[in-house]
Amino acid sequence: MTTRVVLLSMISVGLMALDHRQHLTAPVREGVQTVASPMHYLVNLPFDLVDHASVNMRSRRALLEENARLRDQHLLYDARLQRMDQLERENIRLQGLLESSYEVEDSVLIAELMRVALDPYRHILQLDKGTRHGVVNGQPVLDAHGVMGQVDSAGRTTSQVRLITDPGHAIPVQVNRNGLRSIAYGNGNLRELDLPHLPHNADVQPGDLLVTSGLGGGFPQGYPVARVTDVVREPGEPFARVVAEPTAALDRSREMLVVRSRTGDKYIDDEPLEAQK
Amino acid sequence: MTPGHGWLVILASFLVAYILLLVPLPAWANGARPEWVALVLFYWCMAVPHRVGVGIAWLAGLGQDALQASLLGQHAFAYAVAAYLVLKLHRRIRVYPLSQQALIVLILLSLINLVQVWINGFIGRPTPAMTYWLPPVIGTLLWPWVFIFMRGVRRHYGVQ
Repeated sequence: MTTRVVLLSMISVGLMALDHRQHLTAPVREGVQTVASPMHYLVNLPFDLVDHASVNMRSRRALLEENARLRDQHLLYDARLQRMDQLERENIRLQGLLESSYEVEDSVLIAELMRVALDPYRHILQLDKGTRHGVVNGQPVLDAHGVMGQVDSAGRTTSQVRLITDPGHAIPVQVNRNGLRSIAYGNGNLRELDLPHLPHNADVQPGDLLVTSGLGGGFPQGYPVARVTDVVREPGEPFARVVAEPTAALDRSREMLVVRSRTGDKYIDDEPLEAQK
Repeated sequence: MTPGHGWLVILASFLVAYILLLVPLPAWANGARPEWVALVLFYWCMAVPHRVGVGIAWLAGLGQDALQASLLGQHAFAYAVAAYLVLKLHRRIRVYPLSQQALIVLILLSLINLVQVWINGFIGRPTPAMTYWLPPVIGTLLWPWVFIFMRGVRRHYGVQ
């Protein structure tokens, strides 16, 4: 028994090291995720049934009201979109003048949150879409208000998303007002992101919107990430302490968009370099 | 009873523990969720040590890692070590009154928690707040009920 426990401990340590260093290849991770997913579906099932029941038992009046409200909203968004269209066209033209590439539109996949409790000390969510639906590791995930995170490990029918507030997550951002670039780190608080690398004289103020800068290639450019809430300039410190609040409803959104095309692929892909040779 | 029947009961009890582990709780209660899988594991290690040993404990932990998206092997390691201790002491723990058993369980659950903190610290995750130590306490308070319930299940199905 003693030898067995020592042996198993050694195996676990080896496994943890491999998993942490991400030498566990994607198929292994995907396999683990796939084996676990029936259990996740089982736990999620009663909540799904309750949801279905509550949708089916809504009163006609409530539905009509909702329909009218959505129609109004749709009209409003359509009107805004018309202007957007024109702006986008203009943007493409200008980008063309600058000879830089610009992804017109990202295709998205709608995924729903599964209600299962995962490790409470990491900010990870489970979605009901997996590699079978075209989800791959590293894809950005958005909700209606901004960036939520990225796909951490994709299984066959489910996938896990690491939120931008996870202590192990960082996202390249820029201040929408003036294009100042920085990196926003999660600190484990769902309502906070840290920007630790901005000097005292950086032009950033509370209320500034931070959007993805598209650098690094992980996230497409221009999606809102957070709004600056606090800027503390301590004279003794080398950097200003900038805190921002994510715009996405990280703990409330049920439906999410998994972005399919990744604008920045060319930055991390070295194929173009090969082609130039 | 056939021996295969006993395995089914043991497997079912672990499945129930996994479900309790995954069921979403309101935010205020989420941090206080006891380690159900560990409690069930302790019971079986005490009651049928010739069937549920270190190997099963390791597998149960690995299953929890897969379900909870923690580092693969994190719980497996802790559970194997805890099960080893239970097996070493099971003759004594079995005859203790429930309150004393609960104390042993508190020590074991805290040990599991400590191992998690060490591993998390090792891979650079931030040290959790003091509420991190609430689950072992809750688990300890639940132990007498878990024990009585599991004993009832074991006797009813005649798991030897």
